[in-house]
Amino acid sequence: MSTPSQPVPVPAPPLPPGLSSVVRSSGAGVETAPVKIDVRGLNFYYGEKRALDGISLAIHANRVTAFIGPSGCGKSTFLRTLNRMNDIVPGARVEGTVRIDGQDAYGPGVDVVSLRRRVGMVFQKSNPFPKSVFENVAYGLRINGLATSKAEVAARVEESLRAAAIWDEVKDRLHDSALALSGGQQQRLCIARALAIRPDILLMDEPASALDPIATQRIEELVYDLKKDYTIVIVTHNMQQAARVSDHTAFFWLGRLVEYGRTDTVFTAPAEKLTEDYVTGRCG
Amino acid sequence: MERVVRHFQEELGQLQSRLLAMGGLAEARVRDAVDALVARDVSRVDRVLAGDEPINDLHIEVDDRCFKLLALHQPMAADLRTIVAAVKINTDLERVGDLAVNIAEAARRCLMHPPVAPVVDIPRMGLIAQRMLRDALDAFVRRDVALAEAVLAADDELDALKSRLFRELLAGMLADAQSIEPALDLVLVSRHLERVGDHATNIAEDAIFLVSARDVRHLPAPPAAQ
Repeated sequence: MSTPSQPVPVPAPPLPPGLSSVVRSSGAGVETAPVKIDVRGLNFYYGEKRALDGISLAIHANRVTAFIGPSGCGKSTFLRTLNRMNDIVPGARVEGTVRIDGQDAYGPGVDVVSLRRRVGMVFQKSNPFPKSVFENVAYGLRINGLATSKAEVAARVEESLRAAAIWDEVKDRLHDSALALSGGQQQRLCIARALAIRPDILLMDEPASALDPIATQRIEELVYDLKKDYTIVIVTHNMQQAARVSDHTAFFWLGRLVEYGRTDTVFTAPAEKLTEDYVTGRCG
Repeated sequence: MERVVRHFQEELGQLQSRLLAMGGLAEARVRDAVDALVARDVSRVDRVLAGDEPINDLHIEVDDRCFKLLALHQPMAADLRTIVAAVKINTDLERVGDLAVNIAEAARRCLMHPPVAPVVDIPRMGLIAQRMLRDALDAFVRRDVALAEAVLAADDELDALKSRLFRELLAGMLADAQSIEPALDLVLVSRHLERVGDHATNIAEDAIFLVSARDVRHLPAPPAAQ
């Protein structure tokens, strides 16, 4: 059994019928944004158990791509293969290719820390460090050597907090504990922390599932604003949320990618019966 | 989840039943208006003129049901298409009810004059329009694309009859100035019946959209069958 850092070399297989590595051109217009993440023939195993089966899809730059599907369908596992967060899972094994800007994320000599700097992540449960608001954002800058002078750190912290739409709420309490913030504020702080190191791609694993509707709305607005500068991939259980925030939607079922297309098409006229049954609540 | 889905499906089923009931009423009112004209039965004409209320009530009820289903269940995919189609069909059926009143109004005026030459194409148009309406709603409820496409084809027949009737009535008017007033009302009746067919066509297009997510409105007509 190989480890994730030594993937089994598998040539990119042909795509299964009915599935496209690029977003279907149905609906209004063809996707013209360049491909940011190109995944081919991805299999993922937890020990003997195959959790992902032959996933191929292309995620486009400066778009929001949502992964939907029932619990255990593999959507979070798949998200985590994109920045190799699964490497730390004992017995995990990856086959296939994940190319980010054309470079193999699992290739020999890839610096995982550098990869994760480019591919930031926000988790379901906000996880601020037990430090001040300021330090939560400054920490990543310092350990990555991305800002040297105090003034530079302060500028980058402010820039990140503004980008995460939380600056106005915390600017007068930057040195208070981050744990004193509300759940929604903590989550936006975590987004600011992820943005501080200037990733290209932001992976979000159910970022609003623990938040109330108002805080959820703020996160969704933020996602919409951030896509100007970032490629965003979001896992969500909430189909309305996927419909509201994303440009493209991928539906996973039992470790397979069933359908991938423009969000408006997937939610109004899906091509696959299984997708239809899932989005109308008849299965899952 | 399953219970909620079942509840939603029951509500969708009720929505379709109410649309069918409304379609039945609209069809019956078109039939009554045309029959009253053909039989020269003024009291029957008056009953049509007075009887628009049940359709109007259903119009409001169906809209209300659709509105609540959209707001409370946020339906997706085929469910969403069903409800959006129901909103549109509801408007079409209400307009058909209004057209039945328009036909009765024209009949009322027409019956104040001696009969013009026997006009067989009016009841024929009435039958076609009613059948189109019935088939379009059946196609919607049964998800039957072939039946919906047959409705679209039948619309040409109705248009052709209207043109022929107009030419006949025009010839009659040129020959006899006394017939102008009642003949003009018959032209109007044929126009209203043709409009009933247009609404049936809209419903058939909605049925096709519901089943196949294909928008066939404003497409060029397919070549006529050999």
